[in-house]
Amino acid sequence: MSATTATRSDPIIGTPVDRTVRASTVFIALLRRDVRVARRELPYFLVRTVMQPIMFIVVFGYLLPRMGFVRGSYSAALVPGVLALSLALAAVQSVTLPMVQDFGWSHEIEDRLLAPIPIPLIAAEKIVMGVLQGVIAAIVVLPVARVIMGPIPGLTLAHTGALVVVTVVGASTFSALGLLIGSVIRPEQIGLMFSIIIAPMIFFGCAYYPWRGLDVVPVVQYAVLINPLVYVAEGMRGALTPDLPHMSLAVVTGAQLVILTVFCTLGMRSFMRRAVG
Amino acid sequence: MTQGLRKVYPAPSSRGRRDGAPPGRGPGGPPGAPRRNDAAARGRSGHGDSNDIVALVGLDLEIRGGEFFGLLGPNGAGKTTTIGILTTRVRATAGRGVVAGADVGVEAVAVRQRIGVVPQRPNPDRSLSVLDNLVFHAAYFGIPRGRATARAHALLEQFEIDARADAKVDELSGGQQQRLMIARALIHEPRVIFLDEPTVGLDPQARRSLWDILRDLHAQGRTIVMTTHYMEEADRLCERLAIVDEGRLLALDTPAALRARAPGGTLVELMLDGDAGPAAALVQTVPYVTDVSARDGVLRVYSERGGQIIPALIDRIQSGGRSVTNINLAAPSLETLFLSLTGKKLD
Repeated sequence: MSATTATRSDPIIGTPVDRTVRASTVFIALLRRDVRVARRELPYFLVRTVMQPIMFIVVFGYLLPRMGFVRGSYSAALVPGVLALSLALAAVQSVTLPMVQDFGWSHEIEDRLLAPIPIPLIAAEKIVMGVLQGVIAAIVVLPVARVIMGPIPGLTLAHTGALVVVTVVGASTFSALGLLIGSVIRPEQIGLMFSIIIAPMIFFGCAYYPWRGLDVVPVVQYAVLINPLVYVAEGMRGALTPDLPHMSLAVVTGAQLVILTVFCTLGMRSFMRRAVG
Repeated sequence: MTQGLRKVYPAPSSRGRRDGAPPGRGPGGPPGAPRRNDAAARGRSGHGDSNDIVALVGLDLEIRGGEFFGLLGPNGAGKTTTIGILTTRVRATAGRGVVAGADVGVEAVAVRQRIGVVPQRPNPDRSLSVLDNLVFHAAYFGIPRGRATARAHALLEQFEIDARADAKVDELSGGQQQRLMIARALIHEPRVIFLDEPTVGLDPQARRSLWDILRDLHAQGRTIVMTTHYMEEADRLCERLAIVDEGRLLALDTPAALRARAPGGTLVELMLDGDAGPAAALVQTVPYVTDVSARDGVLRVYSERGGQIIPALIDRIQSGGRSVTNINLAAPSLETLFLSLTGKKLD
């Protein structure tokens, strides 16, 4: 590329371009912008992502056991699943919803698409933001669940390493899914997204029952394996309630990495298509 | 995926090229030195496929550094596509674009570093305040917060919106939002500023104040590339104009030279109550008529005697069994040139 020389009053534009350094500076600035906005919208964010899991915990983890419809041990299977669900929903929605708006009508993302940084890094920044919000959702839901349900048999926080890996990889997977959905669907399809993608994902994601339990209907047990939520829920079980039946953590992590790669590739591709005409 | 729902808009192929050395002021060059002779743009575009909407057919442009350059054309002429390609927001199907020394296809990041863009419709970051719109945009260009804030205030002051610095963007009027967009395009001190129809939707007063701002920017030696479909705006502001239509370059010159190329005489436009074709033949021989064209119910006659020939025109038209429902007169202008080049009006 040709030499860059100074425009008169701006030493920054004037200095020779150092792509690596500049890209990271820009990346951090993009992140700071999103953090600023997310911080201000924290109450809405919490309501949006935490309400549903909490209702579920109240009904299935508190009311039904008290009525005698479910056994007390069910709560041990429920908590990791609900945690996985909160994390997944938070990550997906925090990326998808603003992006659908941006590409659909507001075009506010334009100023960032004009930033001197390769476009894929703008998409990557969105994924990082989604991960952050997914992790926060999980951190909020766990103590709330514990408070509502009382002591949960078999629940342990001893496997911190596994918990962190499952959480971060899981949030990344769903954040990348958010990128894919957000750059593919149109604003008028948001309702459809919930009924066609999100709802089946929630109900067949082993959030409310362990995967092992599905062996009563083998067809379903294998069909749900395409659902990325299964691996997060089972991973959470492996990390939080390791004494109860769960998929092996190696399988969970491997599957998540494969799905993450697929979502990232497709998400980046469709983001690029929307970002550059 | 719902890919199929998309309108196949771009098969635009464009080749834009801006050559040139870096800005004329090297290190230590005096501020306010003469115009840079750096940037030049050439655009050229090829063809799309059968079903694609071809926005640009073949465009070769060369824009000089420090120039106030206008792209004039009706809606759908390919102006926005051209700006899109040169600002790295649209990928050219074929051809090449170079902006301030960097290739838009290959060195998009370097291009983005050197340009400021004012979009057709204001698209501020509505989650941020007026001031933060500028401060964060500056941060995307690596400008430290303190310096960005000072510069943002200076720009807001210059554009008379500093009083609203902490307001939400939605509280600004359309004109104020547009000025905020210009401030945003300037906060990182770009070499080249692109403005896409910057005055659409503004009231006359806001439009005039925007013109003043643009003149100032140009006087500071910046390269400005602006699209517009307002003749007056193009005429008053731009040093050189490219008239484009249907993705083609029709004419390129200074506004004065273009005006001089407008067909001689006054344009008399007569609206008829039916097809104007037969009437065109009849009025051809009216004295002082220099040129005649017909399109549907509109008859366009160029006259060396202004409106004096109108009675004779009406007579001839009536003798052909048509009557005149309306008449417009226009002095030679960019408008009449555009009409003669494209057969269409510019709105």
